Amino acid sequence: MLTHATQRTTMKSDDRNINWVQEPRLGLAGRSYLLLFVQGLTTTLRHFFSRKKTVQSPEQRHEIPDPSIYRGVHRLNRDQRGRVKCVACFLCATACPANCIDIVAAESPWTDREKYPQSFTIDELRCIFCGMCEEACPVDAIELTSLYDLSGKSREEMVFDKEKLLSVYDRTKDAKPMRTSRGEGRGAGDGE
Amino acid sequence: MPPVLESLLKIAVLVGGLMTAAAYLVLVERWIAAWVQDRLGPNRVGVPLTKIRLFGLGQPVADGVKFLTKGEFTPGQVDKILYFVAPVAIFVAAMAAFAVVPLGSVVLPASWGFDGPVRLAVAPGLDVGMLYIFAVGSVAVYGVVLGGWASNNKYSFFGAVRSSAQLISYELPLGLGILGVILATGSLRLDNIIVEQARSGTWNVFVQPLGFVVFCVAAFAEAGRLPFDLPEAEQELVGGYHTEYLGVKLMLFMVSEFLHMILAAFLIVILFLGGWHFWGLTGSAEAVSWPVALLRVVVLLAKVMGVILFFMLARWSWPRFRYDQLMEVAWKVMIPWGLINVVVVATWMEYGVQLARPWNLSAAQGMAIVGWGVLLLCWLATTIIDPTASGNRPRRDLSVNDNCSE
Repeated sequence: MLTHATQRTTMKSDDRNINWVQEPRLGLAGRSYLLLFVQGLTTTLRHFFSRKKTVQSPEQRHEIPDPSIYRGVHRLNRDQRGRVKCVACFLCATACPANCIDIVAAESPWTDREKYPQSFTIDELRCIFCGMCEEACPVDAIELTSLYDLSGKSREEMVFDKEKLLSVYDRTKDAKPMRTSRGEGRGAGDGE
Repeated sequence: MPPVLESLLKIAVLVGGLMTAAAYLVLVERWIAAWVQDRLGPNRVGVPLTKIRLFGLGQPVADGVKFLTKGEFTPGQVDKILYFVAPVAIFVAAMAAFAVVPLGSVVLPASWGFDGPVRLAVAPGLDVGMLYIFAVGSVAVYGVVLGGWASNNKYSFFGAVRSSAQLISYELPLGLGILGVILATGSLRLDNIIVEQARSGTWNVFVQPLGFVVFCVAAFAEAGRLPFDLPEAEQELVGGYHTEYLGVKLMLFMVSEFLHMILAAFLIVILFLGGWHFWGLTGSAEAVSWPVALLRVVVLLAKVMGVILFFMLARWSWPRFRYDQLMEVAWKVMIPWGLINVVVVATWMEYGVQLARPWNLSAAQGMAIVGWGVLLLCWLATTIIDPTASGNRPRRDLSVNDNCSE
């Protein structure tokens, strides 16, 4: 059994398992090459004179068709009282395939939840912008915005901490509303 | 003016003009590539340190500076001597071929010290101009092959091998395409070929369309342009024969490619599209005063630019040939067509006047009708016989065990 598995197998071209697919023979029009010649040239010329699709960044900005499903830079949402919404449940860090989310949980100073993130960092260079954290979050605390031009001068700069992520929320809360109000409703009613 | 000074002046203008042209054709090529792909292309680089953009016209300068200031690194595995010789060989060969390319002749005032008309070419009196271009052009193969061999790299070598086979194969149809023109003109001199077309008013493309097609296809292949760019084939061979090159040496290869394209365009225009001649605009006398001579240069360069634009559009219009298809097009289609063209032209040169007389046609009209008829027949016959049709796959009925030992 073992010898059979490790045996070097080379497939011959007369192997019965190979299904040879013959390329279709061209008709007279195709074989004359003239039609294909004209077709190629007309396609090229049509595009040559067509309207150009280039966006002259940075003077022009890219228009994002649906910001609510765009996966750009992360933000940490605030509730109505301006506190971070996150309850430090680690679901996003668990879901993250790139392991770029690092949360340090601590006892919450507020009465409406047990834990809150003492620190919450995302390594934006490691992130693959898959949006799994957003899907996993039970309180809609983490979201992907439609900011796409993310850049920095050092690796350290690209590790976003809690304050930075909250500031992204402050910058984008008007541009992009939250997808649901599930988490909002939960934190808003109860007092401390 | 002493002849040496005159020649030096011509060489300076030619080399300067060609280098500038090659640099700006890179920009044009990138623009056309961009427009065909619905993009805008390079439009940012203008005057340095200012916000003036000039539609990106500073791009070639920036490219040149970049090439020149690159670190001059020589890979460890290369053949040191050949590695340096190859780009020089290909560049010198590409540049030298332009020595006989004529831009017309001009009569300048005798008070300036000119006796007789000044021919606007570096080597105007060369009777074997066409042969010279062929001889020098063949050296370009050495540049490619040496470059690929010296690089000591699989992909470079693939590129070089492909290229040597391709360039040698396509030199045959190239020569056959020219042969018809030379038969009709009776001279190997490029300026004679233009003057002959201007005098009769019929460009060679009208009377020898078959030769034109053969020559054009061969010229594309010789210039290594898509759809015949197998020596480079970026998608398959990284960069072909110049994979291991960088900096100035790579620039020499690149410039040589563009020089080949310019030369091919010049030859197409001079041999088949009437050179500087345009009906009712440029006259047909051999030597003219300077305003007309200038107009002729403009007409010639405009035609050349048109052909180059076609070269660049063609790049994005048709996919690259597979290697066996490339060879089959050369050997099974283009060479027979070229031979038929030569036979037809030779026959018509000998018996044309007698054959045309009963139909009340001039020799040129008769030749045109015969030429287009032969082109049509050849194309039809090729379509029906389909000599290039062959699968590239192993046949199922043949066992490979017999000829393939493990």
